[in-house]
Amino acid sequence: MSGYWAGILTILAINVIMAYAIFLPVATGQLNLGGAGFQAVGAYGAAFLSSKYGLSVWLTIPFAMALTALVSFLIAFPLLRTKGVYLVLATFAFAEVVGGAILNSTMLGGPMGLSVPAFVEYQVPVVSALVVTVFIFYLMATRFGLVMRAAHDDDVVTDLMGVNVLGIRVAAFAIGGALAGLAGALYAHSFSFVEIQGFNASLSIYVLLYVLLGGTQTAWGPLAGAIFFTMLPEALRVALPALKGWMGLAMGIQGARTAPDESWRFVILGVLTVLMMMFRSEGLITRVMVEKLRFRRRTVPLVNVDAHA
Amino acid sequence: MTAQTPLLSLRNVSKRFGGLAVISDVSFDVPAGTRMALIGPNGAGKTTIFNLVSGFYQPDAGDIVMEGHAIQTVASRRRIGLGIARSFQNIRLMPHLSVTENIMLGQQARAGGVVEMLKPLSLFGRSHWRDEAETLLNDMGLHTYPGEVVANLPYGIRKKIEVVRALVARPKLLLLDEPAAGLNAAETDNLTAFLERISDTGVTLLVVEHDMGLVRRLCDHVVVLNFGRKIYDGPTASVQNDPLVLEAYLGPRDTAPSLANAEGCHAA
Repeated sequence: MSGYWAGILTILAINVIMAYAIFLPVATGQLNLGGAGFQAVGAYGAAFLSSKYGLSVWLTIPFAMALTALVSFLIAFPLLRTKGVYLVLATFAFAEVVGGAILNSTMLGGPMGLSVPAFVEYQVPVVSALVVTVFIFYLMATRFGLVMRAAHDDDVVTDLMGVNVLGIRVAAFAIGGALAGLAGALYAHSFSFVEIQGFNASLSIYVLLYVLLGGTQTAWGPLAGAIFFTMLPEALRVALPALKGWMGLAMGIQGARTAPDESWRFVILGVLTVLMMMFRSEGLITRVMVEKLRFRRRTVPLVNVDAHA
Repeated sequence: MTAQTPLLSLRNVSKRFGGLAVISDVSFDVPAGTRMALIGPNGAGKTTIFNLVSGFYQPDAGDIVMEGHAIQTVASRRRIGLGIARSFQNIRLMPHLSVTENIMLGQQARAGGVVEMLKPLSLFGRSHWRDEAETLLNDMGLHTYPGEVVANLPYGIRKKIEVVRALVARPKLLLLDEPAAGLNAAETDNLTAFLERISDTGVTLLVVEHDMGLVRRLCDHVVVLNFGRKIYDGPTASVQNDPLVLEAYLGPRDTAPSLANAEGCHAA
């Protein structure tokens, strides 16, 4: 496999894991715009152990997951006292605090970053992403998943049903934290270097976009969102020169054409995002869509309920 | 606890919101196995009583007693474990969950513990929780698509599903907040029969309702509230002749028409 595809697959795998990390709190009704902060905790945790103590990835990755889960668990209690846009701001602020702390830490390399001696091939993130995907599908099929979605829809009634809503939300937040730690550790070991600029606000925004635009109602949504938005810039990288060529031909421009500006990819991405929000705000993949596909074969006629009761 | 201990008692319960006394010194008993109605003009405090019993609010004074134990300090999420379930005036099913999943949420009170939480409900084969939910839906005449998302279903059916969701927790006391609101006459008849079937299984019903037809058919005992005070507590048959009740609904008059007509105006 070429280095290009190995790199794409690594980024895709990390993005899928990150999307699920953010999906879990979002599925309970908590928007998390601090993804980069949690990923940075995991990445620096793994990088520090690897560079300072020379530990193998089999130790650094579980440690990074446990550390990020613990951090998520501890900050979940103050964070989840806030709601809606305040929670979004609080998680965003958390990511900024993490970034600032790392930038000022000489132990973690500050602005110089840390190099990571232990390297993993692209198969490790890909297999991890597959395992995480299976885990999330399993989790969403359990009563825990049911209660998470119920807390998203109506936390008051979910409470009356006997559910500890805060407990469920903290658990979802902490499991999401562990996954973000995993994504961070895989990032550190795949790219052999971490610097805080890699975990900036736009990463948090993109990851939340994967989830919101992919769809928050089923486990398919984040997967679709992460794949679509990771592959779209790559697809546009290929398609843009061709597009420009056709435009040139259509307008009768002959001769040499300059290479298209990279930034056009982000313009198209932005336009697609706005269109999605206007026309399909519930995300690419919805609950109803999945149910339709699942029940297509075992269709039961909708009986007149009132006649039977 | 003796046989005479009522299932639920309110003892001198008061609740204020700021300067507004919503419930003033209200006491009444709900004996086990009965079907009781809680009626009164809009703003009388009926839903507040429900919110006090289900734990949304704490009373400022007085006791809420369930089977002989004061429960006003018990957290709202623990009250279903004491046998109190309720429905809401505006249906509060989970719109993004399927019918079956809403019912399975109702089972939550019986399925606590980490092990139950992490058992799959659908992935490999079928879980007994899902089987139970679908069987109950069939028994209650709600054989719609089990996988249908609730938001897509008609209003009358959603109302019934909400009652079934409350029932699946196997409560002793079911609080129903205006079960017939928004239903037409046929749907109301249908719902009344449905509630009678539920009552026959031994569940005690406390119903807030404006539809006096339903109250007369379903309930043998009525408590009437007006401006947060209890003004009547007795058999359904004689409520329409009670001078205080007539005055509450119609204002002080020498010759008042019957309450049945008054309720007709009220509903319109």
